[in-house]
Amino acid sequence: MKAVHVVEGRAVPLERADVDTDQIIPSEWLKRVERTGFGRGLFSEWRDDPAFVLNQAEYAGASILVAGPRFGTGSSREHAVWALMDYGFEAVIAPSFGDIFRNNSSKQGLVIVQMPPEDVANLTRLVKEDPSRHVVVDVENLVVEVPEANWQRPFALEAATRERLLNGWDDIGLTLRRDEEITSYERGHGNPSWAGLLTS
Amino acid sequence: MGRTLYEKIWDEHVIAGVGETPLLYVDLHLVHEVTSPQAFDGLRLNSRRVRRPDRTIATADHNVPTEPLSVPVADPVSARQLEALDENCDEFGVTLFPRGHENQGIVHVIGPELGLSQPGSVIVCGDSHTSTHGALGALAFGIGTSEVEHVLATQTLVQQKAKTMAVTVNGALRPGVSAKDLVLAIVARLGTGGGAGHVFEYRGEAIRALSMEGRMTVCNMSIEAGARAGLIAVDETTIEYLRGRPGVAAGSAFEAQAERWRAYVSDDDAIFDAEIVLDAADVVANVTWGTNPAQVVALSGTVPSPEEARADQREAFERALAYMDLTPGTPVREIPVDVVFIGSCTNSRIEDLRAAAKVAAGRSVAPSVRALVVPGSHHVKAQAEAEGLDEIFLAAGFEWREPGCSMCLGMNPDQLRPGQRSASTSNRNFEGRQGRGGRTHLVSPAVAAATAIAGHFAEPGDLS
Repeated sequence: MKAVHVVEGRAVPLERADVDTDQIIPSEWLKRVERTGFGRGLFSEWRDDPAFVLNQAEYAGASILVAGPRFGTGSSREHAVWALMDYGFEAVIAPSFGDIFRNNSSKQGLVIVQMPPEDVANLTRLVKEDPSRHVVVDVENLVVEVPEANWQRPFALEAATRERLLNGWDDIGLTLRRDEEITSYERGHGNPSWAGLLTS
Repeated sequence: MGRTLYEKIWDEHVIAGVGETPLLYVDLHLVHEVTSPQAFDGLRLNSRRVRRPDRTIATADHNVPTEPLSVPVADPVSARQLEALDENCDEFGVTLFPRGHENQGIVHVIGPELGLSQPGSVIVCGDSHTSTHGALGALAFGIGTSEVEHVLATQTLVQQKAKTMAVTVNGALRPGVSAKDLVLAIVARLGTGGGAGHVFEYRGEAIRALSMEGRMTVCNMSIEAGARAGLIAVDETTIEYLRGRPGVAAGSAFEAQAERWRAYVSDDDAIFDAEIVLDAADVVANVTWGTNPAQVVALSGTVPSPEEARADQREAFERALAYMDLTPGTPVREIPVDVVFIGSCTNSRIEDLRAAAKVAAGRSVAPSVRALVVPGSHHVKAQAEAEGLDEIFLAAGFEWREPGCSMCLGMNPDQLRPGQRSASTSNRNFEGRQGRGGRTHLVSPAVAAATAIAGHFAEPGDLS
């Protein structure tokens, strides 16, 4: 994956709680075998509504999504992350997230910023007041800034996730380097009891 | 100090060199067609192999039509995805139970029934309802496609230790109240985010009294409260469930294995990071009214009013009422339904079908209702047919279909049309989950069957 140090751009306020991964990308999109092209399916149940915030011209080209509490709960579909990134989002800021969604995001380089509800509310107010304001998510220094409004808040990120983002690491490549450790573990662990019992 | 069941399984599976990120070894990797094609592509792109094909089992469940095998897969995109699974399993040497195979079924139904899901093991699958297998005392959780690829290539996951939460249910469930009603009560109590960062261990008298299949229903919906996994300690119910399953040893080897499995319980002095306690006697037949599984009301109750919601949840509450087209104060029993779905990894096992058939026997589905029964696997279907349940359902006007995920998420042709309302034994009532514009109410199998007969929400006791 690509290394991420700073995400900077316009931010869209979603202002909805409990947006599960079925809302982010409905299941009809999950039939595809490709990894690209999911942006068209992002929030597709809501995109027909001209009043939906992603359809507002002033938020066009935004790279940061400001969401409500419990964003990305539900299904484990990584397609939700692919859809957000394919649409152009590079970071999501919310008071809380679904665990699997957060994990999937970290594997793809989508920056997950969890902040207290009052900080998210203030940020939402700032980008609604003036949608052209740039928001900066600094992964290096773990702060979110709206420079024009002189607004700055820290956020926390698991150290391993931050390292992975900053270095653009491929987890599989790193783990494969530990092949000996895994093989030695397997020698002491035995084989599954169903081996040989089940055949297709 | 004693250890929790989670900690015991963790300790046995963690591979951690000094200063290195912990890797968790995976005993069983279950694969299905939806979350795997991009992972296999990743392997191909990097010339990587599947490290342990013998620990990897695949089946087709999400996309499969629930019509007989002679009916082709109509949607070309679905057909392509099912073909991709065939090709990938063939190329990488993975055992696959495709559509029509005697072992095929919903991945979370076949793992336990084939004896693949075993106590003390680590089980993962690219599906959030993998928590189901925790009923057998296994640490089982859902992963995304990047992690599917990681497990295929390395048989491990990069993992941080979770916190533990004891979910203790004291006392006994009232007659007619099911495991589904209980887990809906637990999700309602915790909310959709209450379990985030935690692994649940369900404990207490009411949990011990549940059958293995009831325990699977409870563990299945752990994710709906935000927990990635839910565990239940091994006891004789677990051992007797596993005895004779195809994937476990037989005879004295089984007894020796069972003795080792009995150690997969939390120590008496183990400390959990959090605990919630429920009284089973307080649990009643439940129905979800809204668009997340924590929005639960008693079947005997009325549609709640936004004034009852916490201030920060009022907006979501109002949106849910509008989407569901419900008016506060309406008695739940007066809400008519268009479709009844009995199936899914939550409630498609033989006991679920027996509970529904008992209600359907000698009665007829209301003329305004379409009712489907979709067994969780071919083995469940065969067992039900051996018991004559299919005839009971068909005589009552239910459809009796082939196994798969079906209307739980509507990736196959079994979908709600816009505006249709369902009573469903599945696990998610999200907007559009069962078809665009569809309105889902989650219920137990007995309530689903009674609702199909009555044409509106009903308990078996309401029927004449």
